[in-house]
Parts: sequence; C-alpha cells; structure tokens
Amino acid sequence: MGNVLVIAEHRDGQLKKASLSAFAFAKKYVQKQGGEFSILVMGHNVGAVADAASCFGAAKVFVADHADLANYLAESYAAVAAQAAKDAGAQVVAATTTTQAKDLLPRVAAKLEAGMASDIVGLLDNGWFLRPVWAGSAVVEVEISTPVKVVTVRQTEFEAAPKGAAGGQKVPVNVAVNLGALRKRFEKFEVIKSERPELTDARVIVSGGRGTKGADGFKLLEGLADLLGAAVGATRAAVDAGWVPNDLQVGQTGKVVAPELYIAAGVSGAIQHLAGMKSSKVIVAINKDPEAPIFNVADYGLVADLFKAVPEMAEEIKKAKA
Amino acid sequence: MKILVTAKRVTDPDVKIKVKPDGSGVITEGVDYKVNPFDEIAIEEAIRIKEKGQAEIVVVSIGPSEATKEIRNGLAMGADRGILVVASEVLDSFAVARILHKIVSEEKPDLILMGKQAVDGDNNQAAQILAELLGWPQACFASKITLSDDRKKAKVVREADGGLDHVELDLPAIITAELRLNEPRYASLPGIMKAKKKPLKEIPLASMGVDTKPKVVWHKFSEPASRKAGIKVPDVPTLVQKLRNEAKVL
Repeated sequence: MGNVLVIAEHRDGQLKKASLSAFAFAKKYVQKQGGEFSILVMGHNVGAVADAASCFGAAKVFVADHADLANYLAESYAAVAAQAAKDAGAQVVAATTTTQAKDLLPRVAAKLEAGMASDIVGLLDNGWFLRPVWAGSAVVEVEISTPVKVVTVRQTEFEAAPKGAAGGQKVPVNVAVNLGALRKRFEKFEVIKSERPELTDARVIVSGGRGTKGADGFKLLEGLADLLGAAVGATRAAVDAGWVPNDLQVGQTGKVVAPELYIAAGVSGAIQHLAGMKSSKVIVAINKDPEAPIFNVADYGLVADLFKAVPEMAEEIKKAKA
Repeated sequence: MKILVTAKRVTDPDVKIKVKPDGSGVITEGVDYKVNPFDEIAIEEAIRIKEKGQAEIVVVSIGPSEATKEIRNGLAMGADRGILVVASEVLDSFAVARILHKIVSEEKPDLILMGKQAVDGDNNQAAQILAELLGWPQACFASKITLSDDRKKAKVVREADGGLDHVELDLPAIITAELRLNEPRYASLPGIMKAKKKPLKEIPLASMGVDTKPKVVWHKFSEPASRKAGIKVPDVPTLVQKLRNEAKVL
C-alpha cells in the first residue's frame, strides 16, 4: 500500500483541466493498490488553486506557496516536489503529460532515486503500467522496481476526474529554495494567444499538413474551425515549414489529442502524426492522393482537393445549421 | 569551450515498427538505423556555436559497436571527436544518465546538448535526470539558444504549453533540443572523409564501474488497438450528412 501524490498545474490562478486526468489516474490507482490520493500545488498566491484542487476527492492538498516559487523553474519545483512526496508518504508521484511535467518529473524522479514511466496509457492489476513506445507502434508493459515510482499520465487515456464538494485537507509544505544557487533565472513567459480552444481541450480539431501548401491554405482551415468552434492542428511538416506556430503540432513529439471529431486536410498520415491523433473518436480525411496512409485510420475519407472541399464543407455546414 | 552532445542510434523513424509475435520486443531485423533526429539537431546547434567562436565538440553514444556510424555522422557534420560506450543490454533512462554522468566527470564540458527525446523509447527523461545528478541547471525543449559573448551564460527560449518560456542559465548547463531549434546540415563529402580520421574512443560499459541496475523494466509488448479504415464518401454533401446523422458529431 502506498500513497499517490499528483502534481497539479495551473496558470493565471486557474487549475489546468489537464491535471484532472492525473487525478483520475490517482483515484484508479489507489482503488486497485490501496493508499490515499493527495494533490500538490506549487506557486505563489495559489490559495484559489488549492481550493479548486480540494474538490476532486483527494485526502490532502499539499500547498507550497512561496514568493520563490512565483515562476516555474524545474530545479526549484523538483526540490519542493521531492519534499512533498516524502511528506505525503508517496509511493507514486504523478502528473498529466504536459510540457511542464515532461520537464519536471524526471528531475523529481532523480531526486527520489525513482524509476519513471513516461506518458502512461493504462495500469495493470499487478501495479505495472502500460505505455506507448516507437511513436505508438507498440505498447509495452512497464514494471518500476524502485520503492517510489514516478509517472506522467496521457491526458486522453484518463477521463477527467469529476468535480465534487471541497474536502481535501490543506497541508503546508516547507519551501527551502535558494534561488541564487540554481544558476538559472526566469526572464519572461511569452503567451501565445488564440481565440480558439486549446488543442488538448477541443471537441473538434481541424488539422492541416503539407497539402495546405502554406499559410493561405491554413486560412481555409481556420475558417472551417471557427465555424465549428474547433482548434486548429498541424503536422510536423507544416510546423517545420513555418506555416503555423509550433504549439499546434499534433504527433509523437507534439500534442497527443483525442477529440470527438478530427478533420485532417492535406495530411498524408506519417507514423509520427498518427501517434498523436489516432485515438480520436471520429476521423475525417480529405486528401487528393487516394493512397495516402491517413485513409487507413479515417472513418470517413474524401478523395478531393482541400482547396475546393474545405470551403464547400463550410458552406454545407452553414446550410445544414440554418 | 567544450560541448558534449549525444547521438543515440535509433530505428529509422519513418519505418513502421512491428511487434514480435511472442511479445518479447519489436522486430528490428531488416530495419535501418539512424541517429535520433533530435540528437542531430543538438549536434547541428553545437556546430553553429563552434562556427561563431572556438569550441571542441565531443559526440557521445551508448549502444552496440555499430553505433560508431551515428558518431561518425556527427563527426562528418563537424564535431571533433567521439566516445562510444559499448553496451548491448537495454538501459533505462536512469542508467543512461549515470553513464553520461561518469563521462561528464571526466570530460568536464561547459555545455551538454541533447535531443529532447529519443524516438524509439520516447522517454524524454535522461537529460533531466543527468542535470539533477550533476546539480546543473537545465533548459528542455529549446527553440533558441543565445550564448553570452564570454560564453559563461546561455539565454534559452523553451517551448511550453500556451507560450514560450525565456530563461537564462549559467554554464555549465544542459539544454535539450526541440524540433524548431535549427535544421541540421548534411555532411559534406570532405566532411565525411575527414571524419574517418577523427578520434573515436570505444569504452566497454562493464569497464566503467557504473551502476546500471534497471529501475524500469519492459515486459510484454503488444500491438496498439488498431483502427479500421472506414468508408470513402463521394462528395462533400455526403460527408456532412454522414457526420451529422450517422456519426452525430456535427
């Protein structure tokens, strides 16, 4: 039996929705293995985040609230998280796979001499984990043999924990960070604003690849996306070419998404792209090339030129909605 | 300054990997190997730093003796010498970090550049663990690196969810490469010829005295749940009608 500590993430005073998947994992884990599930909130003036985090059935919410934690740095956050893991008697330290968790959790694992499994998609009754490897071409059963285990949890594979009444007991964590000794300074966080939903939260995603031929092609996709309240995604090739910002990349080394509807336009279907979207509920592929591998995973395939089909689709949807 | 870069030998990322029928691993027979694409970006970045001033670049790999090919590729691009830790066993990220820790303690580089993840195991852990073992600052997922004129500091732009994180590190430090950091060059023919004469040291893992006892063990492999191809629709109206009435997602 051992406790699970989930590191919650927040921005602008809001608990991130992504973290709810790690909460769901923790609940499932303690159901199978015993122990209790707790949450750790780190930052400065994070009282409201801690309040929000206390509504998901955790026994305790550990709160590290300190001016020295005002800005995220892997070095200071790892030290505090390792301390909190000890305070919590944690056998498992978890977080949802986000860029922050990918940066931070291995450093926490190193502090705790813990083995780590990245981006797990399931857990087995014997306490092992399931995770994809080789861009999702295989799934492997992973045993972590150290007393403390660290995992990141794939958001799309654990349904967000439902919100309940406030209940988790708040426990302060002692913060002893010497910022001057870290040899690293936070300078600024440059927010990339978008009116559209975040890729990992969107119900519908309209994604483009090399076939969009450039920023103008993406304009068509954006029109369709706005009509559907959708997020815009892109393949590595499109991002690489500089047609869209890099945080729109869907795939093995970008975002992993599983919306209700994924519309892939001018996307060939490279292995590393499929790794990021093949869990989507319904996949639509629009591509000129009838042999494109994307058609092998699409529920509905349309062999057509996206420059004609995408505007036509927008018109049809407008008509149907009218 | 001295820069240490990693070059992991991985299966060709453009080839679809299949699971062995007995689930003991993935089929690697007949599959080509390449340097991990993110490591290649790290090597390119090291060379660009060298081109702006003096630097010695050491390329390190851990793997079978065939991995000298991946190191030679880095030397052909412009790195100066190579170290291959010859190991045939499967190593977890912690073991890799410990091996690199040992090499770092001997080489004493000012900067370590690594790919953000290897595209076979997709772990994304070794650099961060190494940074913690060394007590060095880290900057993962870098899309821009600017060294100070005296090369004692590095400003790094990190790709994060919802934006870009700007940090400054005092060297020595570890930085991992994101896709957008640069576009790696191809090795030139003279580069390839020169690389053949550059020093490449092979060290058997067993001789290093590093604890590589696994903390993470891989057991059974399986194919992921596969999706069946659906239907082809003849035109846009049919597509929209099916999405509304059949799939009910519009």
